[in-house]
This record gives sequence, C-alpha cells and structure tokens, in this order.
Amino acid sequence: MDSITSAASVLAAGLAVGLGAIGPGIGQGSAAQGAVEGIARQPEAEGKIRGTLLLSLAFMEALTIYGLVVALVLLFANPFA
Amino acid sequence: MVPLPLFLPFAELEVGQHLYWHVGGFQIHGQVFLSSWLVIGALLALVVAGTRNLGRDPRGVQNLLEFIWAYLRDLAREQIGEKAYRDWLPFIGTLFLFIFVSNWGGALVPWKLIHLPSGELGAPTADINTTIALALLVSLAYFYAGLSRKGFRYFEYYVEPTPIMLPFKIVEDFTKPLSLSFRLFGNILADELVVAVLAFLVPLVVPLPAMFLGLFTSAIQALIFATLAAYYIGEAVHEEQH
Repeated sequence: MDSITSAASVLAAGLAVGLGAIGPGIGQGSAAQGAVEGIARQPEAEGKIRGTLLLSLAFMEALTIYGLVVALVLLFANPFA
Repeated sequence: MVPLPLFLPFAELEVGQHLYWHVGGFQIHGQVFLSSWLVIGALLALVVAGTRNLGRDPRGVQNLLEFIWAYLRDLAREQIGEKAYRDWLPFIGTLFLFIFVSNWGGALVPWKLIHLPSGELGAPTADINTTIALALLVSLAYFYAGLSRKGFRYFEYYVEPTPIMLPFKIVEDFTKPLSLSFRLFGNILADELVVAVLAFLVPLVVPLPAMFLGLFTSAIQALIFATLAAYYIGEAVHEEQH
C-alpha cells in the first residue's frame, strides 16, 4: 500500500466512526430521556420500558456499527491497497 | 491487510487472516467452519440430553429447554401473529439459538488454547460470510412466507398504501439483508476487537467490564436478529383488515 492510500484510509476510518457516532448519540439520548420520563410517571412499568429501551438502543447503535464496518474494511481489507 | 503490532499471545489480533480450505473451486474459511460445527454440535448435544428422559415435571435440562421454547414462542407469536407463527417458530428459534450460542461461545470459550496454522477460532458470527448467509436465508424465508400464504396478492404489499411507495419497498428488500448482516457482524467483531485491544493495553482485570458488556450486547444482538426476522415474516404474511 503506498503511503498516500494508507494515510487516506486511516483518516477515512476515523471519520467514518466519528461522524457515524453523532446521530445515534443524539438519538440514544432522546430515547433515554423518554424512558426516564416514562419511568418517573409510571414506576410500575419500569421492566417493560427497560426492555424496549435496550432493544431500541441496540438498533441505534447499529448505525455507528455500520461506520465501524466501513472503518474495519478500510483498515484490514482495503480494496485499494 | 495490515498486521497489527500486537505480540502478546492472548491478545493477538488477526482480523482478515483466515485458515483457507480449498473445496472444489471455492476457498472456505476453515476456522469459521470448525467453530460453526462446534456450535451446532453443542446445541445438538444439549437438545438430545434434554429430551432423552421427558418427564411430566420438567427438571434440569428439560426445564431449561422448555423455558427457551416458551420464550421463543412468545417472540414469534408477538411478531408474526396468532395464525402463522407455528410454521415459522422452528426457523426463528434456530436462528436465535445458533446466533446466541455462537456469540457467547466466541466470548466465553478460550479459543486461543487451540493453535491453527493461520487465523484463529472465534465466534462464527464475527465472519461476514456467516451473517450474510443468515440474512439471505431470512430474505428467502419472508418471500416464501408471503408468496405461499397470499400467492401473487403478496405483491400488493409493494403498492400499499400508495404506488409512490413502490421504489422504496423494492429498495427495502435489498437493505433488509444488508442491515441484518452488517449489524450482527459489526457488533460481534467490535466486541472482540474492544476486548483484544484492552487486553493488549492492560492484560489483567481491566478488560473484564468490556467482556461483560460484550456478553450483554451479544445476547441482545441474537434477540434483535430473531425479532427482526420474525417481524419481516410477519409483515409478509400480514392480512389487511378490510
């Protein structure tokens, strides 16, 4: 791999994960906010709310993971190397 | 492929290195094959052990199996609906159990003690080929479910509620397997990488919380994969109430 390709790949890998973490971060924050409000209003529904929250958090996390997959491809299986 | 400069024997990262087997004209990732068959063998052994002496009062392994069965039945019934869930419970259950045992097996079993000529044993789901195969199976399953239940009326789903939705629904057929496979693959590989990097930096104690988090996300990912597969099948067999 020549140096300019590897430099661009490493930079792009960092950007993929970093930029990809912004949106899901905001989304997970608002989801957690909703869950806390729900629990404060109805403490007896805590178990159900927690289950749904964890499931939806994992869905949002998947978006960052897509960025991570792109980063891993760039670092370990670079098609341009 | 960049070999990472990690030399500790228990914290070696070997992403992108595989034990290649040549079968016919194909290259096969041997370490994935070995670990998948170990997972399948473990599941078979568990089920055979649990169903050998069936009792009226479930105890031991039979109790565990009945608990898992009831859990998966509730999952399938909730997503697919009362009418069709019986046909698809085996498929959903198989997906869940295989992914769950693969993920936990990759995290809990000290695979590093077994030396391979190249590559390393680990969770089969940390290889993109496994997850894409599973996701394509889900695609086939929901097409078959829709077509066999509704015939060509299945394609009405593409133009509901308006024909404007047609391109989006067609694109959805491609993004469904893509997101299913990448979600599972990325999560499992990310868990393994985080643990490996932490174990490289601080070999003792510090990786433990990351390992527990990894076990937790592994279980959640298996649940999500099974739930989404059931949801897609349920969407395909769902009858509009007129």
